[in-house]
Amino acid sequence: MAEPIESVRPPSPGLKILRALLVVGAVVATLWLGLRVLRDPNVFSGLGPTLSKLSQAILALTLGVGGIWALFYAGNVIIEVLPRRAATFLRPYLFVLPAVVVVGVYLVYPTAGTVVESFTDVPEGADPLTNYRAAFTNADVLQAMRNNLIWLLVAPAVSVGIGLAFAALVDRVRREAVAKAFVFMPLAVSFVGASVIWRFMYAWKPTGQPQIGVLNALWVGVGGVLVDLGLLAEVEPVAWLQVIPWNTLALIAIMVWLQVGFAMVILSAAIKGVPPELTEAARIDGASELQSFFRITVPSIRGSILTVFTTIAIAVLKVFDIIFVTTGGNFDTSVVAVRMYQEMFRFRNFGQATTMAVILLIAVLPIMVVNIRNLRRQGVGA
Amino acid sequence: MTTATRERKGARRTHAGWLVKLTVLLIVAVWTIPSLGLLTNSLRTSVDSSTTGWWTSLFNPVATEWTLANYNRVLTSGGLFDALINSLIVTIPSTVIPITLAAFAAFGFAWLKFRGRSLLFGVMVGLIVVPLQLALVPMLKIYQSAELTGSFLGIWLAHTGFGLPLAVFLLYNFISQLPQDIFESAYIDGASPFTAFTRLVLPLSVPALASFAILQFLWVWNDFLVALVFLGTSSNVAVLTIELASIVGSRGEAFHLLTAAAFVSMVIPLIVFLSLQRFFVRGLLAGSVKG
Repeated sequence: MAEPIESVRPPSPGLKILRALLVVGAVVATLWLGLRVLRDPNVFSGLGPTLSKLSQAILALTLGVGGIWALFYAGNVIIEVLPRRAATFLRPYLFVLPAVVVVGVYLVYPTAGTVVESFTDVPEGADPLTNYRAAFTNADVLQAMRNNLIWLLVAPAVSVGIGLAFAALVDRVRREAVAKAFVFMPLAVSFVGASVIWRFMYAWKPTGQPQIGVLNALWVGVGGVLVDLGLLAEVEPVAWLQVIPWNTLALIAIMVWLQVGFAMVILSAAIKGVPPELTEAARIDGASELQSFFRITVPSIRGSILTVFTTIAIAVLKVFDIIFVTTGGNFDTSVVAVRMYQEMFRFRNFGQATTMAVILLIAVLPIMVVNIRNLRRQGVGA
Repeated sequence: MTTATRERKGARRTHAGWLVKLTVLLIVAVWTIPSLGLLTNSLRTSVDSSTTGWWTSLFNPVATEWTLANYNRVLTSGGLFDALINSLIVTIPSTVIPITLAAFAAFGFAWLKFRGRSLLFGVMVGLIVVPLQLALVPMLKIYQSAELTGSFLGIWLAHTGFGLPLAVFLLYNFISQLPQDIFESAYIDGASPFTAFTRLVLPLSVPALASFAILQFLWVWNDFLVALVFLGTSSNVAVLTIELASIVGSRGEAFHLLTAAAFVSMVIPLIVFLSLQRFFVRGLLAGSVKG
């Protein structure tokens, strides 16, 4: 490579630095300007409602998706014009620091802030435990915690039970994939969407009118037959989301409906991983199918069962949307996360809200520890 | 599939007695009926859906008056169309930004040497366990004073922050397993780490990127709490879950409209989910550690 040196002589350092500054300046200025335009909802209003909304979408997606790449590119341009030693030292931070800073701002700082505030956001001169004392003596908060406990006792166990049973049984029928897809589908549905779906299942009409909710139609239908047979005095349609204690169980059913697909997928994969020699050997030794399932298959997939159980348990402790959308926490259905939201936005009591958050953290942590230990044992994880 | 496994499966299937089939069928039915009811009601007139059970139309499909008017109505009047676009505006960057940040960070943690590497990585992964409720109060205060509430930038960054630890963890597990030789030969050819990352690591990591992308996409699309706290309910920015919840509050008994709106909110995640199921299942187990 003797010849081309003259023709492609690298630009002088001054020019390189100038170019780098221009690139960085252009990226930052474009992003700043674009985001300001995006904040103004009327900027495209001359185009009519639909086109204006679509233009806004195109601008937003260009800024959001392109912006993050442009920023990394600009960062790299700066690093490349630095002296070699500085570049080598700084380069890893270009890769790592953006993520570290975002997580620091969005998780580390506020978590510490929440814990501190739960002790310090108290009336002057009151002792630091005031918020916690208030929480544990407030009947509504205690009710919410009791409901969280009911959720925790019922939802994970039922989800895992149904998921495991379905995974084991579907393994033996034809069109396994189709059957699984039906149970799997709710995983793509939002908690809000699921709550809407189930409001129709639980719909209630006064006695005498035709019931339009599946559950009441079955209830009144079957009850009516029993009344005709003289086994039951009378049957009334039930407002499932309002009658205590059925309403909490009705809400838990929504969670179960959403989570069984997750349990089934993981457990089905685990069951297929059990060596068939094991169960076959048990069968040859005279074990019944049920025995071989409970004595061989279930113990072999213990790790996966625990993973699914703990994962659902964590989701259950943090449950918010389902209750917020269906009952709003009325009729004794509130839970800690709903209570926290109300403290924040209805009562503007940030001290109590942070206390609720800390209570949630304390409830979640032990389950999390079990979950991570278990994952490590299975070789998944850090 | 090898002959052995086919035989084994065949042998298993002959065991499927009527009780097994019945149980499977029953579970499938119970899991399908709620969605079927939703879909049916969304295609019926308002009178039908408020006076008769949706199943009566299914038993009597010819006599029923089927209609798309509910969809027409929710998409043209009211905020549902805007909410659909808002959901896209929120979800796509809220998926791409954390993946980008996480991929850069995962590469840095896996293949570059610098001070504080193991400490920073440990903290990053440890944060997976923190429920996002812990962040709400302090972040809301910051957002209010920085005027970030109700802005798309604000919610992109919020979802990025809450999704990053898991993203870094998943991508690190993948990227750190790439063979070292490919980097060495790239460096010998004069590539910078930046080039090696964009030209080599990203293309090779597509499976891991895809499985996190689907998890994050569904999580953001279906999110209600983060949008409610940081983005709010004003129609300029409200996403589908917010709009749907507000219809429940204001028109909770208008079953024909509510069902159509709910179905609109589910279409895109269902498409993503069904077309990319393969990646999704892979991400599920690894993603189950999220706090």
